[in-house]
Amino acid sequence: MGATETTRTTAGAIAGAGATLKDATAIAGIGQTPFAKRLPESEKTLACRAILAALDDAGIAPSEVDAFASYTMEETDEVEVAKAIGAGDVTFFSKVGYGGGGSCATVAHLAAAIATGQASVGVAWRSRKRGSGPRPWTNTRAQLPTPAQWTRPYGLLRPADEIGLLARRYMHEYGATRDHFFNVALACRNRANQNPAAIMYDRPLTREMYMTARWISEPLCLFDNCLETDGALACVVVSAERARDCRQRPVYVHSAAQGLPAQHHGMVNYWNDDPLTGPSWTAARQLWKTADFGPQDVDVAQIYDAFTPLIPLSLEGYGFCARGEGAAFTEGGALEIGGRLPLNTGGGGLSEAYVHGFNLITEGVRQLRGTGTAQVPGAETCLVTAGEGVPTSALLLRS
Amino acid sequence: MTQMDTTTDTTTGAPTDTTADPTTAASGGGEGSDGLLAPVPDEDGAPFFAYAARGELRVQCCADCGEPRFPPRPCCPHCQSFDCLWKKLSGRGRIWSYVLPHPPLLPAYAAQAPYNVVLVELADAPRIRLVGNLVAARDAALNSVPPERIRIGAPVKAAFHATEGGLTVVRWLLERP
Repeated sequence: MGATETTRTTAGAIAGAGATLKDATAIAGIGQTPFAKRLPESEKTLACRAILAALDDAGIAPSEVDAFASYTMEETDEVEVAKAIGAGDVTFFSKVGYGGGGSCATVAHLAAAIATGQASVGVAWRSRKRGSGPRPWTNTRAQLPTPAQWTRPYGLLRPADEIGLLARRYMHEYGATRDHFFNVALACRNRANQNPAAIMYDRPLTREMYMTARWISEPLCLFDNCLETDGALACVVVSAERARDCRQRPVYVHSAAQGLPAQHHGMVNYWNDDPLTGPSWTAARQLWKTADFGPQDVDVAQIYDAFTPLIPLSLEGYGFCARGEGAAFTEGGALEIGGRLPLNTGGGGLSEAYVHGFNLITEGVRQLRGTGTAQVPGAETCLVTAGEGVPTSALLLRS
Repeated sequence: MTQMDTTTDTTTGAPTDTTADPTTAASGGGEGSDGLLAPVPDEDGAPFFAYAARGELRVQCCADCGEPRFPPRPCCPHCQSFDCLWKKLSGRGRIWSYVLPHPPLLPAYAAQAPYNVVLVELADAPRIRLVGNLVAARDAALNSVPPERIRIGAPVKAAFHATEGGLTVVRWLLERP
């Protein structure tokens, strides 16, 4: 009844009780700086370069930008960015928390704002000098209060240690092995070897290298950890209707979700019934509920890979396999081009660049434009996820 | 001792014994002279450390519905009561998981690396898994138990270590060393 009474707005969204984000907005432009261990320019300069590149890609003037979204950990704020790039009057701005868990939510917030008429041209961005700048965990003053009072004094200092505890338990419960984690690292590295923009473009990975690598936090070795990168990326979100007039083929935001499960505790999710059921499970339920297709219809996936074990955990959470089967899912080249679910086709955080997962969004867009450096033939649907283990977010994109 | 089990301010859950006022007994923290990090308790967590200083492992429980909760917080997620008490536990548990951190680490931790960090599932409250260190004795180094002695499921018991920062932290000893 409510559905029949709704009307299509010019934004392509459905107004009224049945309001939905489904395909109402699209990513019309993407942009990025080079990626490196050390870039000479400031984070602010890099942010402006990425944003202007994304606007140029879309064919939209900076003066038309009226919405911004980024991460709470982003050091460049919308005031500085807006005046530097020459944005117009801005009517929507948003910052999403929880580090890499916020990546997809930046696009989701812009999509919601545009679909509901709060703005018309949104820019999401992330600029970070994580390669040459400090490691966040070394700032003990900021880290020691809640919940770190329960973890850091014991030497659980870094995200690798926190996820390592879940990884060890996952191996114990389900028979996952280091070879499964290697499958993830290898798939990402193989794609990076096809991507000239990737940090690891000319650095192949072998099983021998992986198995003899130095430990970071047993059971995780060097190659289970993402890169440390300087770089910036951005994308432009507009209404579906506007996107069809832009320079590039539109990539529609089909479904979007955030996820903070009941009794979740962040990356140290040790104090509930089932620590291995993370935020991806919550985000996935919402994501699929509002989508026209399911996991079996996803052509290519960009899954947040700060650490290799996040892939099997996410494969389970997003419904590509059952609980406990995520590690086995990676076998037989499943994550390679031509496999069941080609993964992180630009190389991901493990081998292209670690910029809090924003490069997974831009790579998803490339795949659906058909312009990936490791293109999945005919890809029409893509799942992009943000950091698993922390309050997270995800997007279903389609061409 | 039995009196101390129940003598708590049910508004804050803090022990009422003034010799261990949690607002003073559990303050401080930061970095000890050994360079290891000491806890910096918040208001909700302070009683945990005050009781640890007495050699007791206690967790916050709802005074109305009895559900334990961790980390401590102002109200009960099951019944929304703001009244709590701190229940004394047996101090026994099992290793649920563990890692062996290697550098890069903060210098004082790098000096003992690889050391262990264990996650201990409490026998009396299985959903609570405390992060800690498996050590050969309560004041021993973080690397005092050989890694090959550590396994998931191993029974452990709590030990109480006074840090150089002044706070007492809970550590773990193998039941069958």
